[in-house]
Amino acid sequence: MKKNILFITALLALSNSTLLAQTAVPAVAPTINSGDTAWMIVATAFILLMTIPGLALFYGGLVRRKNVLNVFMQCFMIVAVISIEWVVCGYSLSFGSSKGFFAPFIGNFHWAFLNNINLRDLSPYFISHSQIGLDGKAIGTIPHIVFIMFQGMFAVITPALIIGAFAERINFKGFLVFTILWSIFIYNPVAHWVWSSDGWLSKLGALDFAGGTVVHVNAGVAAIVTALLLGKRRDYKGHALPPHNITYVVMGAGLLWVGWFGFNAGSGLAADGLAGNALMVTHIAAAAAALTWALLDWFIDKRPTVVGISTGAVAGLVAITPAAGFVGIPGALVIGVVVSIVCFVMVAYVKPKLGYDDSLDAFGVHGIGGIIGAILTGVFASPLIQSAYSGAAYGNLHQLWVQLLAVGVTITYSGIGTFILFKITEKLVGIRATDKHEAIGLDETQHGETAYNNFD
Amino acid sequence: MKKIEAIIRKSKFEDAKEALYEAGIEWFTYWDVTGLGKSTEEQIVRGQVFQSNYIHRRMLSIVVRDINLEKTVNAILDSAWTGETGDGKVFVYDIEDTFRIRTRESGPEALFNKEEVKKTKSSEVKNN
Repeated sequence: MKKNILFITALLALSNSTLLAQTAVPAVAPTINSGDTAWMIVATAFILLMTIPGLALFYGGLVRRKNVLNVFMQCFMIVAVISIEWVVCGYSLSFGSSKGFFAPFIGNFHWAFLNNINLRDLSPYFISHSQIGLDGKAIGTIPHIVFIMFQGMFAVITPALIIGAFAERINFKGFLVFTILWSIFIYNPVAHWVWSSDGWLSKLGALDFAGGTVVHVNAGVAAIVTALLLGKRRDYKGHALPPHNITYVVMGAGLLWVGWFGFNAGSGLAADGLAGNALMVTHIAAAAAALTWALLDWFIDKRPTVVGISTGAVAGLVAITPAAGFVGIPGALVIGVVVSIVCFVMVAYVKPKLGYDDSLDAFGVHGIGGIIGAILTGVFASPLIQSAYSGAAYGNLHQLWVQLLAVGVTITYSGIGTFILFKITEKLVGIRATDKHEAIGLDETQHGETAYNNFD
Repeated sequence: MKKIEAIIRKSKFEDAKEALYEAGIEWFTYWDVTGLGKSTEEQIVRGQVFQSNYIHRRMLSIVVRDINLEKTVNAILDSAWTGETGDGKVFVYDIEDTFRIRTRESGPEALFNKEEVKKTKSSEVKNN
C-alpha cells in the first residue's frame, strides 16, 4: 500500500513537471473551456424551453379554447423554420462581417449554411472570458458552433413573441410568410447592429446584455404594428377576452422564468461571476415585478390575480434582460418595480383608451418592458459589475443618450420594416383569417384539430 | 315516471346532493353549464375590469317514479335556496318509458332495485 502511494506521488510530481514545461512554451494553442462550454449548452437548451413549451403555454392559456392549438402550432413552427433560417443565412447575416459601406448594418454570406466554420473553431465572440489565439487576437472559450446554437435560440424566440399581438385572427400561411420575412429583414440586421463587432450601435457603445432592444423592443414594436394593421378581433369589445386556461398561463410564466436564467446568465458566454450576477439580478427583478403587479391588482381592483402576477413576472424578466450584465441588486429592484407599474398602466388603461387590439399584450409587456429596461440600463449600469460600463446614476449621462438612441432607432426600423413586410405578405398570400374561420376558431379551420376532445 | 332537471348554484351543489340522498335519490347525472342572463359578474384580466354576463351553474338530471316526485323537488327547492336572484330553476318532464339494460326490465321497475327492497323488506330503502 505504502509503496503504491509513493509510486503515485512520484508519478504526480513527474506529470506536474511536464505540465509546467508545456506552459512555459510561449505560443499556446487556444483551448475550449469545458466549464464555459457545458454551461452554454445547458443555457441554449433553457432558451428553447422558453419558446416550447414556455411561451406556447403562456400565450396558449391566454387565448380562447378554440385557438389554443393554433398558438402552440405557431410556436412550434417558428422553432422549426427559424432554426433552419438561422443556419442557412440568419447567423451569417447577423454575426458575419461584410466589407465597405454595409459592414455596420448587415453581415455577409460568408457563413451561410455554416460554411467556413469548423468543429474546433472557437467563438469569435466573448464577453468576460477570452484567450489569445495563435494569430495574437483575443478569442472566446467556447466552440463557435455552441455560440451559433445559443444565438439561434434568440432568433427563434423573438418572432414567437409577436404571436401575442396577432393571436386569434391570422391565417397560418400569412403568419408563416410574415415570420420568415421578418426574421431575415428585421431581426438579423438589428442583431448585427447591436451585437456584431462591426455593428454601428455596438460601436456607439449601446448596452444590450441579452436582447432588450434586439429581442423585446424589436418584437414589441412589430407586435403593435401588426395588431394595428390586422385590426381588431371580431369579438373584441374593448377589454381583454377572458383567458381560457389560467393554469397554462402560470405554467408558461414559470417555464419562461426558469428559461430566462439561460437567456440572461448565458449571455455572458461563460460560467463565471458575471453569469452569476446576471442570474441573481434576473431573479430579483422578476420577483420585484411579480410582487408589484400583484399589489397593484390588490389595491386597485381589490384582489391579487394569478394572470396579473404571471404577467408581472414576465414584464420584470423582459426589463432586466438588457441590464442583466451591467446592474446590481439596487438597479434590478428599481427596474422590476418600475416596469411593472408602467406595463400595468399601459395594459389596464392606455390600451383600452386607445382601443387597439393587442390580443395578449405583446406590445404592452414586451415592447414597453423592453423600452423601460433598455433605458434604465443606461441609468443603473454600475461600474461595480463591469468596470468599463457605467450609467447616468454613476455620472455617465452619455450612456443614457446612447440607450435612447438605440431604442429610438430600433423602434423606427422595426416599425417601418414590419409595416412594409406586412403589406408584402398581405399581397402575396393574404394575412387576416376570414371572418368565418375566425368565428369557428383557428384550431379547426387552420389545422383540422381541436383541443380538449371529450372522447376516449 | 318524471324527469327533474334542476339548474342550481355551484355553491349549493353539496347541500343539494345531501338533501337528495336523504330524500331517497340514489343516482342522478349532473354537469356544469354556462348560460346568459340579466345578472353579470365582474371580471378582471390584467387590470381591465369588465362585466361578464356568462353565468356558471350546475345542472342536475334526475329520473324518479311518480311517488317520489314531490319529495325530490322539495329537497332541491329547500337545499338550493339562498333567497338571492339567480338561485335557479327546476323543470319536470314526463318520461315515456325506462329500460334497465342488465335485466331488460322496463317501466318504473327499471328505476329501482326490486331485489334489494325484498331482501330488506324495509320502506327505508333508498330508490329513485
